[in-house]
Amino acid sequence: MIKKSRIVIFFLIVLAIGGLMSQTALNTAKSINLGLDLQGGFEILYEVSNPDGEGEVTEETMQSTVSALDQRVNVLGVSEPNISIEGDNRVRVQLAGIDDQQQARELLATEADLSFRDIDDNVLLSGDDLQESGASVNFDQGNQPVVSVGLRDGDEFGRVTEQVIEEYPPPENLMVIWLDYEEGDSFMEESQKEDPKFLSAPSVNEPLYTDTVQIEGNFELEEAEFLAEILNSGSLPVELEEIYSNAVGASLGEEAMDQTIFAGFIGIGLIFAFMLFYYRFMGVISIISLTSYIYVVLVVFNWMQGVLTLPGLAALVLGVGMAVDANIITYERIKEELREGRSVISAFKLGTSRSFSTIVDANITTIIAAGVLFYYGTSSVQGFAVVLIVSILTSFLTAVLLTRFLLGLWVKSRIFNKKPRVFGIKERDIDARQ
Amino acid sequence: MLGSKRRKEIPFVKHRKKFFIISLVMAAVGIALLVTIRLNLGIDFESGSRVEVSGDEPLTAEQVQEDFASIGEGYEPDDITLAGDNGQMAHARFIGALDQGEISEIQTYFIDNYGQEPNISTVSPQVGEELAMNALISVLIAAVGIIIYVTIRFQFLYALAAIVALFHDAFFIIVVFSALQLEVNVPFIAAVLTIVGYSINDTIVTFDRIRENMAKEEVSTFEQLSAVVDKSLNQTLGRSISTVLTVVFAAVSLYVFGGEAIRSFSFALIVGLIAGTYSSLFLAAQLWVSWKWKSIQKQQNKEAQKETEPTI
Repeated sequence: MIKKSRIVIFFLIVLAIGGLMSQTALNTAKSINLGLDLQGGFEILYEVSNPDGEGEVTEETMQSTVSALDQRVNVLGVSEPNISIEGDNRVRVQLAGIDDQQQARELLATEADLSFRDIDDNVLLSGDDLQESGASVNFDQGNQPVVSVGLRDGDEFGRVTEQVIEEYPPPENLMVIWLDYEEGDSFMEESQKEDPKFLSAPSVNEPLYTDTVQIEGNFELEEAEFLAEILNSGSLPVELEEIYSNAVGASLGEEAMDQTIFAGFIGIGLIFAFMLFYYRFMGVISIISLTSYIYVVLVVFNWMQGVLTLPGLAALVLGVGMAVDANIITYERIKEELREGRSVISAFKLGTSRSFSTIVDANITTIIAAGVLFYYGTSSVQGFAVVLIVSILTSFLTAVLLTRFLLGLWVKSRIFNKKPRVFGIKERDIDARQ
Repeated sequence: MLGSKRRKEIPFVKHRKKFFIISLVMAAVGIALLVTIRLNLGIDFESGSRVEVSGDEPLTAEQVQEDFASIGEGYEPDDITLAGDNGQMAHARFIGALDQGEISEIQTYFIDNYGQEPNISTVSPQVGEELAMNALISVLIAAVGIIIYVTIRFQFLYALAAIVALFHDAFFIIVVFSALQLEVNVPFIAAVLTIVGYSINDTIVTFDRIRENMAKEEVSTFEQLSAVVDKSLNQTLGRSISTVLTVVFAAVSLYVFGGEAIRSFSFALIVGLIAGTYSSLFLAAQLWVSWKWKSIQKQQNKEAQKETEPTI
């Protein structure tokens, strides 16, 4: 007697899965964070050292470097910047989908260390004397943009202006304003150049007791705004040296992504066609469980807020392979049992239970490898391992448990009793021992 | 024997010496290649810069060379390769890192003249080398973990053979990339890791069947041992072929349709998948047969000695 109720349950479940996916799949896929290599943007790996070049960089310094960089990135308005500490003294900054790479580079690399010096490069005032978040953009009489900075102490500025007037007669009575002065920079040399490194060098004619100073640097409006923002986001406590950078143009990244998705669909389509052709009815079950597999991996990955990169995609491909493999192992085993003359129900029972330990062993071994890669690996290697672990666990849920359950509903309904053809077995291939 | 009349069994074990010789020759050729022509290390492993330019129309190397020359002096790429389906993409490589100012100039020039921002990567080899070292060390540690697990669930000899197969597959991809002088980059490392994962999965599935069949039968001669292994390999052959076919479908469609960025990656996958299937059937199982037979003989000698001892 055929138990139709099980078949009804099967269709209800398939409908439920299909309904859930059609409602949410698109949004889930869209909200996956893509890595730089897939959506464009750029990343820089900095080596951090103390400004005086001495001593180890402490954990604390690293943390404050990260938060300073984070503030600067906010200036750029990048969504989802990724700034992480690597090893003892490295910081990796990843900015996805950014338009102006040049500006970002400058913004990150600057120490934002403003200093006022005399023409012999002696420090008069340093960044420590500035008010926090006291920089803004104004316009002078000629409607030229200028950056005004607030000082903590107006008297201090008066004192140093007096000092300049006393020590340097005109025309050497200049106050040179530097951004990121480095040891070895010299006003004398730079002033000969067409594009000097300092911001400006106004002359000081009278003592100025004021707590706002205007920097006139022949700025474009954008440059002025940029400078004010960097000054407000605070100086970096450390020196950053760029040791690696990688930039992917947004259009190229997008193109790569579109092509990869298209290629993925073709690949999965081919796999479905093969499964249908070779395993017949069981192939249908595979299509359902593989589709669920892909969906669940995306949902879990999204939920973990993972960033999908090319190596991650590689792991996803391996995961699809392993999920299909789990199905194939089970199906081959069922076919084998059928060939030996077992009934459909007992072939299903034996096939699933015997293939189970094979799949578990193969999956655990691969998970051990992935776990080690995750634990010891860095950046790309780690990204690969995360997706692989998620894939294996998911494939176990869908390709093993879901497949078995769905196939079980049909087999136990007895509709296929004495119909081994449905499983791709011809009657004449069956051992007639029993 | 089950099904032997209907399906012709392939005698794998009989030919195992040939497989060993093939593998040894391949390994020797591989080492020779790696020593002589070495690997074509990409920008990730060689200090320098790479500028990837793409235009709307097919580019020529001369044109790109001229473009760089017109930016200013000193912009002379050390190598230009064309890419893309119609060659509308060009990779210009510079040995030695470009500084920020130079990068800005190049970006500005190509945005103005091509309307697209070029990809510029600058790298000191240090980071790429560290990543490769890190991957290698991680795989070595993973190998130890796999040996422990497989030894517990199976036996030490299975573990050893599986690890040999794993390194065979990874090595094979590296050699093919050396022979064809394809660029080795970070996605390549991901591909090798993928194959490591696939290889171990494939080998374990085969071994699982050998273990199952070994438990069913009493093995005391080499003929019996090889019969069990041949039977197991033939039983899992259908699965091996089906699985490798499906994964190859995925890898080939990535290769054909996946675009330039992942072409060498998917090529590495395809090579590795073929190597992985070869090694499970022809290397791992065959090594296991040879080692197992030696250990059975040892066991038999010991027992024989024990039996003869009292009579002396």
